[in-house]
Amino acid sequence: MSSTAARRLEVGNVTQARVARSEWTKLHSLRSTRWAMAVTLLLIIGFALIFSGVVAARWPNLSPEDQLRFLTHPLRASLVGVNLAELSIGVLGVLVISGEYTTGVIRSSFCAVPNRLPVLWGKAMVFAATTFVLTLPAVLIAFFASQAILASRHIPIGHLQIAFSQPGVPRAVIGAALVLTVMGLFGLGIGAIVRHTAGAIVTLVAIIFVLPPLLGLLPTDWANAINPYLPSSAADVLWTITPEGHTLAPWAGFALFCGYAALSLAIAAVLLVRRDT
Amino acid sequence: MIEAVGLTKRYGEKVAVHDLSFTVRPGVVTGFLGPNGSGKSTTMRLIVGLDAPQSGHVTVGGRRYRDHAAPLHEVGTLLEARSVHTGRSAYNHLLALAQTHGIGRRRVEEMIDMVGLGEVARKRAGQFSLGMGQRLGIAAALLGDPETVMLDEPVNGLDPEGIQWVRNLLRRLAAEGRTVFVSSHLMSEMALTAEHLIVIGRGELIADMATAEFVRRASKRAVLVRSPQAQALADLVAGPDVTVTAVAAGLIEIVGLSSEQVGEQAAANQIVLHELTPQTATLEEAFMELTHDAVEFQAAAPALAASGQVTPP
Repeated sequence: MSSTAARRLEVGNVTQARVARSEWTKLHSLRSTRWAMAVTLLLIIGFALIFSGVVAARWPNLSPEDQLRFLTHPLRASLVGVNLAELSIGVLGVLVISGEYTTGVIRSSFCAVPNRLPVLWGKAMVFAATTFVLTLPAVLIAFFASQAILASRHIPIGHLQIAFSQPGVPRAVIGAALVLTVMGLFGLGIGAIVRHTAGAIVTLVAIIFVLPPLLGLLPTDWANAINPYLPSSAADVLWTITPEGHTLAPWAGFALFCGYAALSLAIAAVLLVRRDT
Repeated sequence: MIEAVGLTKRYGEKVAVHDLSFTVRPGVVTGFLGPNGSGKSTTMRLIVGLDAPQSGHVTVGGRRYRDHAAPLHEVGTLLEARSVHTGRSAYNHLLALAQTHGIGRRRVEEMIDMVGLGEVARKRAGQFSLGMGQRLGIAAALLGDPETVMLDEPVNGLDPEGIQWVRNLLRRLAAEGRTVFVSSHLMSEMALTAEHLIVIGRGELIADMATAEFVRRASKRAVLVRSPQAQALADLVAGPDVTVTAVAAGLIEIVGLSSEQVGEQAAANQIVLHELTPQTATLEEAFMELTHDAVEFQAAAPALAASGQVTPP
């Protein structure tokens, strides 16, 4: 085809790196993204400070049962906000793509990148990197700040705080950031599959927060057999050092959770290419 | 150059486009004309691969759109449907598109100035008026300096000044040798802008010809005659290519003869005329006439029995 138009602009080819750069612009240029990310970090740090502050201040007034529960789960005070952060980061993952569908900008995105998949991978890369880079300092701050608060309370036998060097603690603290990162990707996959924001958030919440209590309705041996393999259980074993009930080993659970996220993204990729936009 | 061959697209039971073939050539503004719901937007979505046809294929510059290494350099598209994130500024919207092709910030700023959005470029696009949204869409379409410019209803929501600006822009782009493909449901708008027309109704091709030719063929040439001897005149001029319709007592409409021919025949036969008026149908009437026929024809075809407008999801 002979090119007849007098064109002067130097235009490059579409590459994965360029699409990732574009996705970074999209991610940080939305006020809603910045807010959701700020809320996530606030949940991680804020809950750790409040919880350890209350425990340290009220320790003599706590019931023996509460004291015992605290001492058997010494890391809980530092990572108490991670559960809610899982929800907010998952929702943010949903929004990263469902927001494009609800506003229609997905059409612009796919006109620029008609092969489509680089858009999904670009979003996944940029969002995962951003989430990890922001949540890792947050969980570290949550850990060291809450441990400092707990260390200020002296108790007759032993101590409330736990050292970073204790077995499993670095894995659990850093693991919390890893789990949040993968939770974001899980949300992204669900968002790309469902495409509608509300529907995708309901799906995510159902899988992570509604499925585990529903399991309690089953006979106990069934529940115990299934529970370790739920996405939420698989995700949570990495950031605890005192697992309760039937669970997988920390890294095995995390690997399974990564598998769930990868599955959601794989289904999303197939649908993304096949469906009309 | 856009080449569509046998494009067919159904959404469920509804046929949006049926066996549509056409070629859009560079260097002229080609109008894509059809009533609302006739399949114009669907066709444009098929061209850039947002939707996949059930059969047929379409190429731009000799290749499928998605096979181009730099799609925005090949086709610049303005879709009718909203294609901007309401929470993002015009500048960041264009920047994100530009970055996929390694296009720099200077080009983004140039485009913003060109469409006259300099004042509001940092505001969220959700606050834009319809006209500002159209200008942003046009900036996005021209961002990659494309060989083909494809705009779906670009003058929607623009003020008269904006409409004039779009017309001049389209002519300039065509004069630069680009392929310019622009849709409208308004015949009058197309007559002013487009040199060539592709007309569709109910998803099928009705006409593919020069605008002047379309207007000439479409315009019904009727002559309105008032005469006390109307019946005698009707009998006189009647023939295989001439239709005579009684409008009222002593008033007939003759199709197929010019006013000169009617007047001369009346004079030659000593028929008294009280009025002899050439009726030129407006473009809009001519267009509606044509597409109306297409609609009637389609309604009879079983495959297209589903009535109503087809709206892509």
